[in-house]
This record gives sequence, structure tokens and C-alpha cells, in this order.
Amino acid sequence: MEHAELEAQIDRWRGYVQRRQAISPADVDELEDHLREQVADRQATGLDDEEAFLVAIKRLGNLDAVSREFAREHSDRLWKQLVLMPEDPADAGAPPWRELAIVLALAVGAGLAVKAGLTWIEGGGVLARNLGLLVLPFLTGYFAWKRQLSARVVVGILVPFAVLAVVLNAYPFASGGSTELLAVLHAPVVLWLLAGIAYVGGRWRSDGRRMDFARFTGELVIYFTLLALGGAVLTGLTFAVLQLVGADLEPVLENWILPFAIPGALVVAAWLVEAKQNVVENIAPVLTRVFTPLTIAMLLAVLAVLAAVGGLAEVDRGLLILMDAILVLVLCLLLYAMSARNSLAPPGVFDVLQLVLVAAALAVDAVMLTAMLTRIAEFGFSPNKIAALGLNLLLLIHLARTGWLTVEFLRGRRPFTALERWQTRYLPVYALWAAVVVLAFPPLFGFA
Amino acid sequence: MRIDKDLVAASATPLVLGILSDGDLYGYAILKRVGELSGGGMQWTDGMLYPLLHRLERLGYVSSSWGTSEAGRRRKHYAITPAGREAFADRQEQWTVVAEALRQVWHTAQRPPAVAQGWA
Repeated sequence: MEHAELEAQIDRWRGYVQRRQAISPADVDELEDHLREQVADRQATGLDDEEAFLVAIKRLGNLDAVSREFAREHSDRLWKQLVLMPEDPADAGAPPWRELAIVLALAVGAGLAVKAGLTWIEGGGVLARNLGLLVLPFLTGYFAWKRQLSARVVVGILVPFAVLAVVLNAYPFASGGSTELLAVLHAPVVLWLLAGIAYVGGRWRSDGRRMDFARFTGELVIYFTLLALGGAVLTGLTFAVLQLVGADLEPVLENWILPFAIPGALVVAAWLVEAKQNVVENIAPVLTRVFTPLTIAMLLAVLAVLAAVGGLAEVDRGLLILMDAILVLVLCLLLYAMSARNSLAPPGVFDVLQLVLVAAALAVDAVMLTAMLTRIAEFGFSPNKIAALGLNLLLLIHLARTGWLTVEFLRGRRPFTALERWQTRYLPVYALWAAVVVLAFPPLFGFA
Repeated sequence: MRIDKDLVAASATPLVLGILSDGDLYGYAILKRVGELSGGGMQWTDGMLYPLLHRLERLGYVSSSWGTSEAGRRRKHYAITPAGREAFADRQEQWTVVAEALRQVWHTAQRPPAVAQGWA
């Protein structure tokens, strides 16, 4: 081969560029095409291979500067590194054990708070209302420390938190009433929004940061599940061993291990997501690709069953609540898939699959809405029905616009970012609705 | 003559959008066109074109598709979108205002210093 040396040089250059995290393999292809064109043009003016290559490389520019420019444009590719990198050089000397110590202290703190709640709060309902209030401050506190929140943001988080705490404890809920159950279910959503504000470092207006939080939430669930599985295996083995020697671990497990392990695992999982993002980053797209078709199959099966049952007014109330949970799950899957997707990638088969998922979810939602309206027409209003109806309407709007934007994206009329922006802009609506359910429903329905 | 870095950066977006509104092109061809248009006066750092193109794509001003070159290599082509044309028209208006203001400034600055002082 005549140009073997040139090819070898381009190969070496490729390897060198590929090591840059901010430059994806597709970008390297694009740059290589550029380099080769430039080399060919130089050769045409009479330069030999070596000279042509040198000129082309020089004109491509300083790789550090170019890579920085790529990083500025594709900050998501550097997401994992940006978090791990110290904020300023002065911080670089800070010992890594300090963060670990703070995380462990917060994890133990969350455990202590739950244990204290279990010990001193009388009545299951009161405890259920307060559980989120006991755990979330520790998670939020970790981000407040990590992101060095300004005083204004801290106040902005503390005030709604205090309002929520007062309302949940001062309202005279009827014991076991539905407004109490609704408050228990909806308060964590509001708390999660507050945690999100801390996570994004107070930059809650930024669409990109909101998407980061969605991604964080998905990965937190994965890490938490992994920790829970590992913990369950360990506990199970210990249980078995102790049983053989005649010791019963159950009271210890109930009174000490679980109250500390569950909230602690949540805080530790949050830290793991922050610190070791690249481990999961490769799993996220795989998981969403596996579960999107499965979820479509599930939704279609559910639709078929609902159609077979016939009379929608007969549909059990428990089933409606369950279906709401399924729709929320679908939405989480959708959001997680989008947060893991490269927004510049052209429309593909998976996007079509996602559209099918949205369509199936819309169909289920429509059936649900009909069933609910029928029930309301027949049995009148109740806090449960209004809460479920509201959530369903929110989901309907969210899914319908998502479906429409996906169609537009598939037809090449809009960029994927339009779809992403719709998700991130709409998300706070759910927290607002949850706040309405917690704050306004109990007095409206006489705390029943 | 070397054009100032900031000036190159400011004019890059309208230049690229304008070049693409004449037809789809790939990166290297866009740069060649910039060279032709400026008579070789504007020299970009080649590598910087791509982050710019990617940003325009994210903003929805251009769309891209992979094809193959004559030599059979993977090659990314860029095309302007309707939103890109709007942005281009918008930039054009802005630049017209700037150019008009500059034209007047050049005009006054070219007068002999004595006259200019008299006006001050």
C-alpha cells in the first residue's frame, strides 16, 4: 500500500481523539471525514502525505480547545465527570473520606429519625403521614451540602417543607379516612420536588438540570433496588444461620435493622448515583429498551381484559387505583428513556416503539376516564374520585402532547429537544397537583 | 489579513445558515465555501465548526443525516430547517443594522482629523 504510513497516522490520531469523553465515536467519524478531505485537497496541491497530514491536523485546531468546545455543547456526555470534578482547584485537596463521612452520618441520621418516629409517634396514620418528612430532609440536606446552596434557595425549600409538616400534623384527619390516605400518598411527591430543587442547586428553571433530576430519580431507583436485593440476601442468610443455632432475629430485624437500613440505603443510593454514574449509565438504555416492549404488552393485555369485563361502572375502585399506578409507572419509564437518550440521534425504531407505548397508555387512560366519569355520575363525588380524576386528566394532557410531539419528531418536523422540553416543563404540574391534594382536599371534604 | 476571533465567532452562525440555505452540505464543504466567500480572509479553526453545527442542530436550525462520500466513508450532511431559515432572516436583520451603523462610522472616520474634531 502506497499510503500505509498516512493510514497509520490517521489511525493513531483517531485513537487519540477517541479518548476524549466529550467527543463521541460518531463525532470522530465526522472529524475523520473532514481530515481526509483536507489531506486529499493538500495532496492535490502537490504536498506529500506527511506534509498534507500535518497541515490538516494543524488546521483542525488544538485538540484541547476543540474538545472543550464539544464539551460545552454536549454537556450531558460529561455529566458524570462534571459531578466528580471538584468545583474549584482549592477543593482538590479535600480528602474523599469527608464526603463519605457526611453521607454515612446523614444515612444514620435518617435511620435515627425513622426509629424515633416509630418509637414516639402513636398511631399508624400519624406515622405514615410523617414518614416522608422524617427521611427526605437528610437526602435534601446531602444535596444542599453538595451543591453549596445559597441561603435564598435553602429558605425556598424550608418554607414549603414547614408548611407541609404543619398541615400534615395539624389537620384533624378522621382516622383511616380517605383524605388522610390521599395526603399520605401525595405528600412524598411534593417532598420529592423540594429534593429536586436542592438537587439542581436552585437552578430549577433550567430544562437540562430538570432532565438531570429525572435521570437521577431513575438511577436512584435502580441503585436502591440493587442495595435492597443485596441487603435481603445478607439478612436472609444471617436469619438462616441464627435459626439453626436457635436465635430468633425477627424482632431485631423489625425494630432495628429495617428502620435503619431502608432510609439509610436511600441516602447511600443517592450518593452512589452522584459518585458512580458511569456504572449505571450503560444499563439505563438497556433497561428501558427491555421494559418498553414488555410494558406495551402489559398495557395491551390490561386493555383486552377491561374490554372483556364490559360494564365499566362495575369496575372495582381498587382496580382504578391500580391502573393509575400503572400509568404513572409508564410515564416514569418514558421519562427515564428520554433522559438516557442522546437528543441528537435521528428518529429510530425505538422512538416508534415509544410512540406505541404512549398510544397504548392513552387508550388505557381514556378507558379509565370513562370508567371514573361513569362512577362519579352514578355514585357522586368523593375525595378519592376527584384525586384520581385530576391525576388522570394531568396524565392525559401529558401523554397526548408527548404522543403528538413524538409524531412530529418522527416526521422530522421538530427536534427531539422539543419533546424533552415538554417533559421537563410539565413535571412540576404533578407536584402542584399533589400539593393541592394535600393542602386543599382535607378541609374541602371535612377531613373525612 | 487575520480576522479577529470574536468577529469570526459572531458571524459564524449566520454564515453557516446562509451557506446551508443554498443547499445541503457536509462540514468540510461548508468550510471551503466560507473560504471562497471571504476570498480566503476568514480562516476558521476547522474543528470548531462541528460543535457549532451540533449546537445549531440542537436548536433545531439544521438537521443532519448520515450518508457516504464518493470514497465510501461515512459522511454527515447538514440541511437547514424552516426554523433555521427564520433564525437566518432574524440574524440578517440584526447584521443589516450593525453594518449600516458601521458604514456610517467608517464614513465619518475617513474624514481628515481636523474636520472630525470640529464636529466633536
